[in-house]
Amino acid sequence: MSIVDLTVHELVEKLEKKELTITEINKAYAERIKEKEPEVGAFISDLSEDALEEAKKIEEKVSNGEIKNENHLAGIPIAIKDNMCVKGTRTTCASKMLENFVAPYDATVIEKLKAENLTFLGKVNMDEFAMGASTEYSALQKTKNPWNLNCVPGGSSGGSAAVVASKMAPWALGSDTGGSIRQPASFCGIVGLKPTYGLVSRYGLVAFASSLDQIGPMTRDVRDNAMLLNLIVGHDEHDSTSIKTEKKDYTKALVNDVKGLKIGLPKEYFGEGINEEVKASIDKVIEKYKELGAEVEECSLDIAEYALATYYIIACAEASSNLGRFDGIRYGYRTKNFKTLKDIYRNSRTEGFGDEVKRRIILGTYVLSSGYYDAYYKKAQQVRTLVRQEFNKAFEKYDLILTPTSPTTAFEIGTKSNNPLEMYLADICTVSINIAGVPAISVPCGTSSKGLPIGFQLIGKHFDEETIYRAAYTYEQNTDFKGLEG
Amino acid sequence: MAREDYEVVIGLEVHAELSTKSKIFCSCSTEFGGDPNTHCCPICMAMPGTLPVLNEKVVEYAVKAGLATNCEISRNSKNDRKNYFYPDLPKAYQISQYDMPLCENGYVEIETENGPKKIRLLRIHIEEDAGKLNHDPYRGGSLVDLNRAGVPLIETVSMPDISSSAEAEAYLRKLKSIFEYIEVSDCKMQEGSLRADVNVSIRKKGETKLGTRTEMKNMNSFKSIVRAIEYEINRQVEVLDNGGVVSQESLRWDDALGKTFSMRDKEDAQDYRYFPDPDLVAIRLSDEYIEEIRRNLPELPESRRKRYIEEFKLPEYDAKMITASKYLSNMFEKAVEICNNPKSVSNWIMSDIARILNEKELEPSEIPFTAEELGELVVLIDKGTISSAIAKKVLDELFVNPKSPQKIVEEKGWVQISDEGAIKEVVLKVLENNQQSVADYKAGKDKALGFLVGQAMKETKGKANPQMLNKMFLDELKK
Repeated sequence: MSIVDLTVHELVEKLEKKELTITEINKAYAERIKEKEPEVGAFISDLSEDALEEAKKIEEKVSNGEIKNENHLAGIPIAIKDNMCVKGTRTTCASKMLENFVAPYDATVIEKLKAENLTFLGKVNMDEFAMGASTEYSALQKTKNPWNLNCVPGGSSGGSAAVVASKMAPWALGSDTGGSIRQPASFCGIVGLKPTYGLVSRYGLVAFASSLDQIGPMTRDVRDNAMLLNLIVGHDEHDSTSIKTEKKDYTKALVNDVKGLKIGLPKEYFGEGINEEVKASIDKVIEKYKELGAEVEECSLDIAEYALATYYIIACAEASSNLGRFDGIRYGYRTKNFKTLKDIYRNSRTEGFGDEVKRRIILGTYVLSSGYYDAYYKKAQQVRTLVRQEFNKAFEKYDLILTPTSPTTAFEIGTKSNNPLEMYLADICTVSINIAGVPAISVPCGTSSKGLPIGFQLIGKHFDEETIYRAAYTYEQNTDFKGLEG
Repeated sequence: MAREDYEVVIGLEVHAELSTKSKIFCSCSTEFGGDPNTHCCPICMAMPGTLPVLNEKVVEYAVKAGLATNCEISRNSKNDRKNYFYPDLPKAYQISQYDMPLCENGYVEIETENGPKKIRLLRIHIEEDAGKLNHDPYRGGSLVDLNRAGVPLIETVSMPDISSSAEAEAYLRKLKSIFEYIEVSDCKMQEGSLRADVNVSIRKKGETKLGTRTEMKNMNSFKSIVRAIEYEINRQVEVLDNGGVVSQESLRWDDALGKTFSMRDKEDAQDYRYFPDPDLVAIRLSDEYIEEIRRNLPELPESRRKRYIEEFKLPEYDAKMITASKYLSNMFEKAVEICNNPKSVSNWIMSDIARILNEKELEPSEIPFTAEELGELVVLIDKGTISSAIAKKVLDELFVNPKSPQKIVEEKGWVQISDEGAIKEVVLKVLENNQQSVADYKAGKDKALGFLVGQAMKETKGKANPQMLNKMFLDELKK
């Protein structure tokens, strides 16, 4: 077994026992990236050489006591989705618009990781401005699914999922607006959590849809996931929507026991459009939970069918406003072709944004326009309230809700990128969770006949990540899903 | 038809920069001036990924303004985004308030030639200021300065209750004075911290429907507001009289040419696409919070005016003028504490100080000397150390080179001559040299006395005690 095969908690254990050094770990990853990156194409900025230099310094500081290292995480490397600002590095959002934008400050999550002295392996690919479900909408490069290089890694956090699955990073941060952590986690056979809205600060995350975006951990297993969540949560005075909660240790929730846990299966998420192999795999998960003593029963979330439409109205409306700042004036791409101010705006945005981004800006601008606001945006907000209420009602009865993460396994590159509607349907199982603001995880539960991973989704109550972790951990401990080998 | 056949309807939207130390959504300084782009940070420069956090002081100041203008304060309010592109607006949206402003349904009272009049306020809301575009003198084009971006503003929207340029001026002066009193804005118009959009329409007398209005944007002096309104009324009358229609549009007032110009650009038919800002949480205010602010509200000009009339026996007009400016009013009170002669302090402020401010085009806050120095000046007069003629010279000196009036008088040798012998000497000399005037006086021309006193003053360079001089001339002339 090589260093890159280890989970973070295994690395930490070996560091504690001095069976491994910080430098060895970072060196192993720098080498792994050299080997694998040419075929996967996940890194927009490969910083692994810098990380190795940093690791040497950290190792020295740990040994001379300058770094206390209470959590034994100093020198553990991580990859970051390229929509989070890391001071002094490019933050591109995989857009031509920000191709050469160097962030002048650290996102709050990055500050927190720096406080633990993690090293940064690089900034990884995504759909442009996190808009997409396959990472094909990256304007900068193509990322492939490490399980099958003809397939997409999912999206928008496709780069984060691909580096964790291909062992080019032990773990990564992604962001999730409508499924962007969970769906690629499912496509790449890893664990991805979208925390409750407000649990993790969004400061420094380039906004797509402010009321839906959340940063979350993408890891090889559930324990690593809880450990990474521990590092990034907490109220931030720079983010008014981040919530004051008491400090928790999520690894304490990792108990191998689901006896008596009530799990609901909303029938709307198991109907038409769900791939048979996915369905069969989820059925096995259900059987496993029953076997382990959970009470599992069918339920209904019938507002769900409106969630996708609601999501695209709200997300696009917010995006149309959030992306206004990319105007070619202060930073980012500026057209060379202008005579007037309007030319700068028009041509910079026409040349700097990709088609999917433009599509959503146009859609969002439309739903906020006077005369249409009430019919679309306002109505969508009303439906949003109903979705939230329906989830709350379901949670009066159930501790968790279980669904597939995605109706399909990873699809082949190029098969959906020209059909926006079909691409939007890839989010069908995940968007309602962001609309409701509740937390959800995707856990791998098998592979298809073509050898592609399948994931299931566990949805919890607001701020009850613990129950999600408990059930996910129990499942993981009692099954034997194997990550990508080699 | 003549202008008198039309009724004028005016409404004002007044923007006042709040005098909080830091900006509305970040901790940058709000200080005016400073090298371009030195009072900004990733947040007010709208760097990708940054988020706004509402400065609570801004809410407090806006509530103060609302309470001081008799508004209802909303317990439940929010921030909205107003989307439009302009280089001085770094986020491409301004965070403002759309349908749930902090303050609603207030009024202020102004004095008009027909007596007091209430101007109703529709609302006061909070929002952020934009940056500034500066012309690049070297390469042409514009440069963006974001020091002002994110400076907090309150926008006060009046109902169309104003019927003349004089009322518009009185309303704006009143608002300015209230905001200065409660210390929410320094209202320095020349620095742009108080500016108004002026809406003007006219309709035939007796008509109940409002006419089409035009809006003059970003006016920042009383003089130009009055001139612009007058110009715009006449222009609209002319348009209607010639059978035309006034078109609803934004106008730019050119102060040098004394004309308004259309700013119309069809592509600018703006749809701001307001929607609630998802980065900010709702503003919820408790009754206790509002009551606390109400309790701590400073004395307003209305109440000071009444107090000056009752306590200091000032004439209504003087009391109104002095209390119109908090700075003057504070100066008045401090000076009175020192000299205990309110009437005299008021006279100095109302006449000579007002005249000099006018000549030098200064705001009261730019008076270079202190209230203590003004008080001391009055004490010197009251003690007979200097005459009021000398006092005027001391005042001129205070504007140029402010220091203790006692010192000025000593250094310049301006102490009043009250020595009987010395005065008698001068009187005799003047009588000697002006035989004709003496004859005139004796022939019943009382005016001649004034001339003689004047001559004696000239002789003493204004230092002679005028009462003594008068008395001594009369005594001598009776002989």
